[in-house]
Amino acid sequence: MTLDEKTIQQLAAHLEDAEREARAVAKITDAHPHLDWDDAYAIQASIRARKEARGSRVVGLKAGLTSRAKMKQMGVETPCFGLLFDYMSAANGSEIRMAELIHPKVEAEIAFVLKQPLRGPGCHVGAVLAATDFVVAAVEIIDSRYENFRFDLASVIADNTSASRFVVGDVAADVEGLDLRTLGLVMEKNGEIVAMAAGAAVLGHPATAVAELANHLARRGQEIPAGTYVMSGGATEAIPVAAGDAIHVRFQNLGSTSMRFV
Amino acid sequence: MTLEAGDIRRYGDELFDALVARRAVAPLTERVADITIEDAYAIQLRMNQRRIGAGDRVVGKKIGVTSKAVQNMLKVYQPDFGQLLSSMVCSEGEAIDTDRLIAPRAEAEVAFILKRDLNGPGITAADVLRATDYVLPCFEIVDSRIQDWKIKIQDTVADNASCGVFVLGGTPRSLRGLDLAVAGMVVEKNGEIVSTAAGAAVQGSPVNSVVWLANTLGALGIPFKAGEVILSGSQSPLMPVTAGDSFHCSVGGLGSCSVRFA
Repeated sequence: MTLDEKTIQQLAAHLEDAEREARAVAKITDAHPHLDWDDAYAIQASIRARKEARGSRVVGLKAGLTSRAKMKQMGVETPCFGLLFDYMSAANGSEIRMAELIHPKVEAEIAFVLKQPLRGPGCHVGAVLAATDFVVAAVEIIDSRYENFRFDLASVIADNTSASRFVVGDVAADVEGLDLRTLGLVMEKNGEIVAMAAGAAVLGHPATAVAELANHLARRGQEIPAGTYVMSGGATEAIPVAAGDAIHVRFQNLGSTSMRFV
Repeated sequence: MTLEAGDIRRYGDELFDALVARRAVAPLTERVADITIEDAYAIQLRMNQRRIGAGDRVVGKKIGVTSKAVQNMLKVYQPDFGQLLSSMVCSEGEAIDTDRLIAPRAEAEVAFILKRDLNGPGITAADVLRATDYVLPCFEIVDSRIQDWKIKIQDTVADNASCGVFVLGGTPRSLRGLDLAVAGMVVEKNGEIVSTAAGAAVQGSPVNSVVWLANTLGALGIPFKAGEVILSGSQSPLMPVTAGDSFHCSVGGLGSCSVRFA
């Protein structure tokens, strides 16, 4: 930790106001170059407190920067994690209002719903699969509060890992007999294929991201509670969207999700 | 056609000799400015006639230039095809001698094996689904008899669509209940994941690719017979190969295929 409590609260207010007012701000490490991961997660926690004080509720957890390519690019070994709030949930097939967002991008991923709590350290893919109630298709709409999506790892963690909106699919699938590693995802924008991936794009297996989340929380004396909805991180690249765009994602064995930006 | 029969024969013979001697030749497009794709297929036919004359046999077809990336690179917005010959067949587990080839590159694909003839034109996706006996994951090892892969579309078509050798995976699967467009593909090189994609990378679906081939062959009067193997187009980037490399691909719902080089 390099920052005092007052600075952490100020930065949390700064970033949360930027989100609520849908305007981009300079990345916070410009003014606080020594800001470390612990500071960043403390700012994220302070954002949570602000939202909860306003009546919002955490409805899930998310992993970010989960692709090997992105991690190499950012020079990190582990993914980062953020919080999903109630107002971020958009129904499958619904309209998402651009006026509430800054410069959104969409990425397709696999989400897990747990039936048992997961506690690290040492949590692994097998433990995640054993604790999973079902998996479901998901699309995340990320919207960095930073100008031009330019950030470093500490800045993006403080900004709640760019969490903005998410859409959950309609097909709940058992993990038994399902190969999440080779599960294919195909994203179309306005009917044209714009991104494709298989589950392995996320840390070799999407359950790895959930295991790493459990291990991350364990270092803070926490666990992932039973019933938690966890988004494992974008398998596809993030695709920018504008008003008028329709997104449709087909998932192997998990149906499809769609949304329109208005 | 802009080339005379004598030129077609000469270039076909030159490419055949290049293949046998494993020595690349200058691009045809540098030597014949107005060479057409039609000329190129005539040269391919001559090259393959020489191979058949030397004891080889047609065992199927390959479809190339199926991905958006390659189409943009070559500025051609349709696939091409070449003939698969019995001498190109390698077994899974066998070490492929890189000295057999000039500048090999690996591509991961899905192969179709037909149980009925497909006589285009007028072939639809329904016909291809009906005529397919089974599908397999596979590797195509492409190679170019043109110096340094400096190919335009006419060069690669004349050079039998840059086909080198191929390896089929071992587990046949029926297309019933299998949507190849969303089947994920994970490719590893020497144990590291190098790409993930889905079948939609190939013309929206590998099935569309085979439909294109059946109709194109039909228009040209080239037979497309039960028992033939069709390599439907790459779902991975072109991966350079050196002796000692091994590659593994796995496809959702389909199984896997391995290839190694010595």
